[in-house]
Order: sequence, then C-alpha cells, then structure tokens
Amino acid sequence: MNSPAHDSGAAPGNLRTPSGGRIDRSQRLRFQFDGRSYEGVAGDTLASALLANGVHLTGRSFKYHRPRGILAAGSEEPSALVTISRDAARVTPNLRATQVELYDGLIAESQNRWPSLQRDVGRINDWLSSFFPAGFYYKTFMWPRKAWKALYEPVIRRAAGLGRAPVHADPDRYAQRYAHCDVLVVGAGPAGIAAALAAADSGARVVLCDETAEFGGSLLSDTASTIEGLSAIAWVEQSIAALAKNNRVTLLARTTAFGYFPHNLLGLNQRLTDHVARPALDQPRERLWQVRARSVVLATGAIDRPLVFPGNDRPGILLAGAAHTYLNRYGVRVGARVVVVTSGDDAYQAALDLKAAGVDIAAIADLRTEVAGALPEAARRAGIEVLPDSTVLGTEGDLRVTAINLGRVQGGAVQSGRHIACDTVLMSGGYTPSVHLFSQSRGRLTWSPDLNAFVPGASAECERSTGACRGIYDLAQVLDDGAAAGAAAAPEPTHAQRRFKVDALKRNSSGYLGALPQSSSTGGDKSFVDWQHDVTTRDLGLATREGFQSIEHVKRHTTTGMATDQGKTSNLNAMAIVAKSLKVSIPQVGLTTFRPPYTPVTFGSFAGISRGDLFDPVRSTPTHAWAQARGAVFENVGLWKRARYFPRGGEDMHAAVARECRAVRTACGIFDASTLGKIEVVGPDAAEFMNRLYINSWSSLGVGRSRYGILLREDGFIYDDGVVARTGTDRFHVTTTTGGAPRVLALMEDYRQTEWPELKVWLTSTTEQWSVIAVQGPQARQVLETLVEGIDISAAAWPHMSVGRGRICGVPMLLFRVSFSGELGFEVNVPADFGLSVWEALYVAGLPHGITAYGTESMHVLRAEKGYIIVGQDTDGTLTPDDAGLSWAIGKNKADFVGKRSLERASMKSPDRKQLVGLRTKNPSIVLDEGAQVAAKPGQKPPMELIGHVTSSYASSVLGHSVALAVIAGGRARTGQTLYVPMPEGDLEVEVTSPVFYDPTGARING
Amino acid sequence: MLLIVCPYCGKRPELEFTYGGQAHLVRPARPSELDDQAWAEFLYMRANTKGVYAERWRHARGCGRFFNALRDTTTDHFLAFYRTGEPRPTLPAQLEPSDRPSSATPGERGT
Repeated sequence: MNSPAHDSGAAPGNLRTPSGGRIDRSQRLRFQFDGRSYEGVAGDTLASALLANGVHLTGRSFKYHRPRGILAAGSEEPSALVTISRDAARVTPNLRATQVELYDGLIAESQNRWPSLQRDVGRINDWLSSFFPAGFYYKTFMWPRKAWKALYEPVIRRAAGLGRAPVHADPDRYAQRYAHCDVLVVGAGPAGIAAALAAADSGARVVLCDETAEFGGSLLSDTASTIEGLSAIAWVEQSIAALAKNNRVTLLARTTAFGYFPHNLLGLNQRLTDHVARPALDQPRERLWQVRARSVVLATGAIDRPLVFPGNDRPGILLAGAAHTYLNRYGVRVGARVVVVTSGDDAYQAALDLKAAGVDIAAIADLRTEVAGALPEAARRAGIEVLPDSTVLGTEGDLRVTAINLGRVQGGAVQSGRHIACDTVLMSGGYTPSVHLFSQSRGRLTWSPDLNAFVPGASAECERSTGACRGIYDLAQVLDDGAAAGAAAAPEPTHAQRRFKVDALKRNSSGYLGALPQSSSTGGDKSFVDWQHDVTTRDLGLATREGFQSIEHVKRHTTTGMATDQGKTSNLNAMAIVAKSLKVSIPQVGLTTFRPPYTPVTFGSFAGISRGDLFDPVRSTPTHAWAQARGAVFENVGLWKRARYFPRGGEDMHAAVARECRAVRTACGIFDASTLGKIEVVGPDAAEFMNRLYINSWSSLGVGRSRYGILLREDGFIYDDGVVARTGTDRFHVTTTTGGAPRVLALMEDYRQTEWPELKVWLTSTTEQWSVIAVQGPQARQVLETLVEGIDISAAAWPHMSVGRGRICGVPMLLFRVSFSGELGFEVNVPADFGLSVWEALYVAGLPHGITAYGTESMHVLRAEKGYIIVGQDTDGTLTPDDAGLSWAIGKNKADFVGKRSLERASMKSPDRKQLVGLRTKNPSIVLDEGAQVAAKPGQKPPMELIGHVTSSYASSVLGHSVALAVIAGGRARTGQTLYVPMPEGDLEVEVTSPVFYDPTGARING
Repeated sequence: MLLIVCPYCGKRPELEFTYGGQAHLVRPARPSELDDQAWAEFLYMRANTKGVYAERWRHARGCGRFFNALRDTTTDHFLAFYRTGEPRPTLPAQLEPSDRPSSATPGERGT
C-alpha cells in the first residue's frame, strides 16, 4: 500500500508546527526532489524540508532496492543519500539529506532506482534475495571466468551501488590552511561548549569546530531543560556570543574533524558555499584545515542506536532522537500517528514533545519489564499508553509504514501482541558514543557493560574525551565534565572549577544491543542491521555458520559497516549479533578499526590548489624559450621539460628524428644537456671518498681528465652513472642521470655523514648552476674553435675525456670532451644565466657547418646505436656492472667500494644472469615494443618460458634497420642465436648481437 | 604527520624529513673478510620492533643532516633525538612505552 502523502504529492499542511525551532518560516525556499517542486524554509535541511512535505521515501536500498526513508537527523544517516547538482559539472553524489542545508533553487535526486523511485524494477532483488546471501558474488559468479569482466561485474555494478561520480572536471576552488592552537575542541554540543568556555577562560588559544551549521548540538532540540536559569537555546546563544568576542577563539561551523593523525594533527573539512544559493565565483567551496593542537578535547557526542527487528527499514521508521530533533529544531512533525519502540527513557521525551505538538502517540512499546522514573510517569500522566515487555514482530506497508505488529516477552517466550495502525515508528536502542576520532588517535577503547557500549579508555595522544562520547548522558554531568576537560586541556589550568545549574528530568538511558526477541516461528521479513549496505541478521548468522569468526572477516564477507557511513548506526548491533551467534562476549568479538575520514571528504579538498598547472613544479632549462620559439615538442623527464624533437615544416617525430640523427652523424648537432645532475665533491679526501663510493679507480685520474663512473648500491646493483671529471687535486665534478641527482646526493651524504665522518669532504648540488650545451658530430671542433678561449682543443692536445677551464664568448666555461652520441663531442658548461646567449652564439657559429638542434628522442637513438645504457631504462635495479657489460669500469686494485662485497656472491657471478645484448629484427623495419618479452623457443602457448625483455628500441635511419637493447638470460653467450619476441600477431624473429651497433671500434669518437 | 625534533634545527613537521631506516648499523670495515651469511645479515636483516626502535632520519628539506631517534612503534611517540655517532640514550623508566598518558593526566606527548 502506498503512502497517501507521497502519492498525492501534496504536502499536508499540518506537518510544520506553527512556531518554535531554529527555522525562519517567513523565508520560503523552493527546491526540487526527483523533478518535483517543493517548498521549505530557511534553516531547513533537505531532510527536514522533505519530511515537512510528507516525503519519507528518499531512496532505494543498495542491494535489495527496498524503499528507504530518512532514518536519522545527522551525519550518521545511512539511507537518505541524494545527489545534489548545481550544473553539469557541479554534481555531488551520496550526500546525506540530513546534512544538506536547503537553499532556494536546490536540485536533489534520489539514487539507485530505475525507472523511478516509486516504481523500481530492481526491487525484484528483494523477492529473489535467497539467491543473494552474504558474499553471494564470491560464490555465485565464479565461472566462466571471462564472464566476470563482460557480464557479471557490469551488471552487478549497475544494480548495486550508490550515486554516480560526476563526469566533468570540478570547476570549484578549494583552499587549504594550517593552524596551531592550545586546545582544539571537536563538537559544539553542551560538552564542547563548556570545554571551550573553560579553556578560553584560562587565556588559551582555542579552536571550536562542529560539523553542523549551528553550534549547540543536542541543546538545539532540547526545549525542556534549563541551564543557569536560561533555556538551553538561550544558554547556547549566550555562550557562543561570549566565545565569538574572544579574539583567541576561532569558531568553525560546518567543519568536520574527519581525521586524527599522529602528534595531535587533525584534519578539518570546512564547507563554505554548499549552503549558499548563488556562491560568489571567487569564493572557495571548501577549506581543508590542518590543525596542530597542543591538546584536543573530543566532544563528539553519541549516535542514536536503532533497533533490529523484522521490517525495521520501511520509510516512516526513524530514530526517536531524530524525530525529536525534527520537531524541536526544524518545527516538523514526522507523522500523524506514531508508535514508539524504546529500550530507555530518552524516547519518552520525544513522545511527550510530539504529543504536545498535536501528534497522536498510539503507544510506547518499551523493551523493559520495569518501566518507572520521571519520564515514563510523565508519559503516563499525559495519557500515553506504555506497553512493557514489548518486542516487535514485524511492520507493514510498502512505500511507507502503515502498521506495526508488537510482541510480548514473557518468561523468555515471545507471544504475539498488538497490531497497531500508524504512519510512523520511532525507535530508540540507547546511545552509541562517537569514539571514531578517539580510536583513530590510537586510544584504547574499553567495553562498558553498564552502557552497552565501547567508551574511551587510555589516551594515546594529549587528548580528552568528554560528554556523551565517553558515555555521560545526563546534561548536568555533561556540562561539568566538559568544563573540567576544557580547563585541564589549557596550558595554564584554571582552578576555579565551573559547575552548571541545570534543571532537567533525570533519565535512564539504558541501551539495547542485537536483534529484538523473536518467536522461533517468526519467518517473515528481513531484520536490517546495516541500512546502507543491506546487511541483515540472517547475513551475519550465515557468515558465522560459514566459519567467519573475526569481526574484521565478518565485515568484509557481509560488507556490514562498509560504505560511506562506515557503520555509524550498525557496528555495535552487528558485533552483538556476531557475539551471540559465536557464543562469546562482546569484548571478545571487538570492534572493527576506525579509519579516517569520519564522513566522506571531497577529493577537491585534499587536492587544494595542487591541480592542473600547479600539480607539480616545472623545471625548465635556459634554452627553453629558444626551443619553444622553434616549435620544439617537449617531454616530461621528472619535473623537467625537455625538448624531445624540433620538427620542421610538416615533419612528424620519425622524420624529425631521422634528420636530427643524420646531422649529428654527418655534420654537427647541438643539444641541451643542462638537466644532468651535477654534484661538486670537494676536499682533501675527495679522491678517497670517490674511491670508496664509485666502482672506478679515481686515484689514477689526473686533473683535467674525466671518466665514466658507475655507482652501485651496497647490494651490488647499478644505482646511477655519469661522467666524473677531476677539476683539481681536491675537486671532482660528478654528473648523474637527470632523474637520479637527488638520490645520488642523498646516498653520498648518508655515507659521508654516517659511515665516514672522518673524511674531509664536502658535497654541493650544482645541477642548476650550470647550463650544459652538448656539441656533437664530426664538425663539432670547427664550430667550437672559433669561440673557445684558453684551451687548445686540437685532437693532439685534447684527447677524448679531456676537461678544462677556459672562456667562451667572454664567459667562464668548464669544457668536457665527452660524447653520448658516439661522435666527436664536447659539452660546454657555463653559468646558467649565460646558457641561452652562449647557445645562441654556438648555433650561429655552427650554421655554416650544418649545425642542427636535436632533442631527447634523437639523443636516445644515437646512444642506443652505440649501446650506451640509460640507468632506469636498460637497468632495473637488478643489473650488476657485469650484467650491463661494464665490468671494465671496475677499479682492479681496489680492496673495497660500495657494492663490491655483494658482487662476490656466487649468484652474482652466474653465467645465466640476464645480460645486456643487442637485438636485430629479421625484418629490419619492425621496431620492437620496449618491455616486450623474449623467448628462446618459438610458438609457445601461455604460460611461456621467457628469458628476458626488450629495454630500448628505436628505428635507426642511419643504419637502415631497427636497433634494440635487451636483457637476456645468459645473453652474451647467445650472440648470433635467433630468439623470438611473442606478440599477439605471432612471434617476431630476432638475432642476438653486440649492443654496439654503430662504429664498434670507437674510431669516430676519437676523431 | 609526525613532529620531529632535528637536533640542529628544532621541532619541524615530518614533511621536511626523509626516513633512514634502522639506526646503529655499522658498515663492516673490511667487507671482503665476511662470509656470505654475515654479509647478508648486514645487508638485509633488520629489526621489526614492536616498541622502542632506534631509527635514522634526515632533515632533507632543512639542514640536510642525518640524526637518530627513538620512537615507540606502537604509538609513534618519539622518546629521544640524538646526533649521529652518539650512543643510544638510556630511557628514564617513566618514559618507557608501557606508561601511556591517561585522559586524566595532562602533559604534552608526542614531541
């Protein structure tokens, strides 16, 4: 049967109370829900506005697509999840309707239903539910394997689930800031406000934050109590006004403390514009606060615990505390005829207030045998029928509850009881303290049998929990406890202990855990434990019967406590049911781990400004603008932008690279190598330091000479390489790979500071001090000769690997005769500020010699033709110098260097190790894929026997065939053999060659 | 994010530091004299302590210096910071990790 209120769509006008609450009835706000227009008022949440319009049905459940309504009034809401959209890009799914503040023009949509919320075909899952027990997807959809990707997963994903992620980039801005304070108070209910007042009194710097729009917490819906002779609301207003006047206090509303990180760093997510109808364009949407607090006061309150009984999920069934809040804070009656089911006194206050507002309270079904005390007596006096020894056997209704079937527990047996027609059921199983942040801080939880809840035990950080989050529910005690916590948290504790005069009815807040008693014959409807993930008592029972005993395993198998609400309303009931099923005590079962975030936080908030161009810093070389002006195509190498090639006319990369390579091989090329890492190693012990670190011998290297150096890790594998020049008896200019500079310097510093502090040596990063211009090719000397002053660079006077200081274009220069191309080559080092002008001068001087600018792609082709490795591309952290064909570089007479001892292990000398070789494809035009696997035998089917992989592969226009480097098991002994590269189209035949394809004698380099 | 006290610069947030692994491992003076087993012990074997752990940090985005710290791996609280080359400090009994502050005990932890 459908709810008349929803089907007609017309709001029964009597659901909004005539006065009272924290709303402004004169400010009417229009909004849409699922395409239908409604009206709310200023101060409403989407949930309160929907309820004021008689709308309880707000969504379909995750798995069974059962109709679901609004359960709660705060961030714990598991069911009423909606998508809010401002435009095509500003779409936020999975927001809790209870936290969405209403603004004029708000557009909300329900989720997980098709074709409409009222008629949803997925509902069939509910009738077929015996096929979908806990963990059904692990059991049912096993075979055939291929169907997972094509069929099962897409279908299950579409049918199950929450909202859809937005498809456009987020256009909003997000801000971030750091803050420090003496006392951070999380939660501005009675305990938090009292704590903030006490801490502020002592002069402490205080931050008080609350996830809701208005400070006050439970006091905002408390119309019965008085504090210091004031109404609860008036006391809140007075207290907040006092705090706001104190310039050492920061008040943050709409700010969720979502994470508690080590050493009292808390993450706060402040929502700045989500409640505004038309936000200013320049205003950030959210602000992420990272607050480092000297001490933290957690006043996070407690969450109403639902009751677990058959059919407890129908729209119109709410937490009693939520109904109380909707009435007193939002002026909304949640229904016309209400049955209250409760295990304690707190729901009586809700019943009394609702009755006073004109709502028919059909009965209060109390789970207790003894129902006495001030509040139950007040209810009886008000003419409300109280039924002790009650249980609930079921509910009726489709899109809204229409009746409840109560039961009576007598002598342990359950008998059927009253059938009561109603449009609303309120339930109260006591409170669950919100210990999430406390637990995140690694504080230890202890089980309180009196409260039927976990409460904070020993703290791990400088932290105090206060009020309801540590199981104190009586208002007078809460305020005193809060004040004591705030005073103690302040750096200079005040001795004047605040005590508050409170007038409130005493209440017995006994909690209930687990499923309500049922007669064994009750087959009937599902009893939900986790509303958001559709986990029932049966699922938990099945999981324990299947052998899951750890609560962490039960959680993952049944998915209880997962998803966006992280089980705020369900965890304790689930744990109690598992404990009962396993016949162990609740502390033995334990709780699953609480992790950040407390409630979902947008990715934008974490990203802040670090997106797009600001995602990472950009490093550019001195010739960047020159290359840009000539149409260079750039690539990212680490944070560097490097010119990859310089296309002319309509050239593609292949044509441009072929032209650039030909120019280097036949005339002259110019290349910006400034990104090479550079470290100056200086001191009387510089040579000794280099000897201990690098595999090479440095004592024999004369001043004015350079050498190809290799650095290993202590485990014997190649870590970095580069040319090292001796520029003085006590000075080395060490170059590293572009990406390796920071880690090489860190490794050097590690040994210098911690292993060999006795060595007199100093290390300085000079990467960005030098601009490095490589001039390579048979004409390179002619180009340089006209500009270089102070060095005789003739072939006879200045052989390969010479280094010297001189001047170029009047600028001080460190000149290298080195080559990474295999041609006669020089590298001109000048102070970075002169890099561009020297480059331009060299380019002009080179034009008559056919000088051609080339980029990193050509550099790669040229070096691969020569078999020069790139550390990190041709090596992967498992290659020794010998594997890479570089054992010639090891200093023969050195007793020790970093990694030497590891090279002596037997496995490091095995002839079957992967070794660097060249590969030539039988078809010269085929360029192998880098990373392609290599097999010794052709025509294999998976799983194949593979002996290595391709590390570098390029088309070589100079050689007229492709060239590839590869690491192959026992590779050097296979020279001349045919191997196979298995590809989807079939095997490619390759021949094993030397890695040096071009000029194997090195005649050109010495030219 | 941890708060770390560099012995040279003072208290700084963790993002200024890089982690350096277990402290007080000394590279053998003559590795060639070690057999494979002994060398592997030095190279690969590390303590996996639950409790007080001596570890290295480097103030990489600061002074660049390596130093050592004692950290309780169960709470992430630091118990001491000291310079490279200095011996591991002996902890006063009241700083042992079993003594955790209760919520009723004021006093700053986690520095």
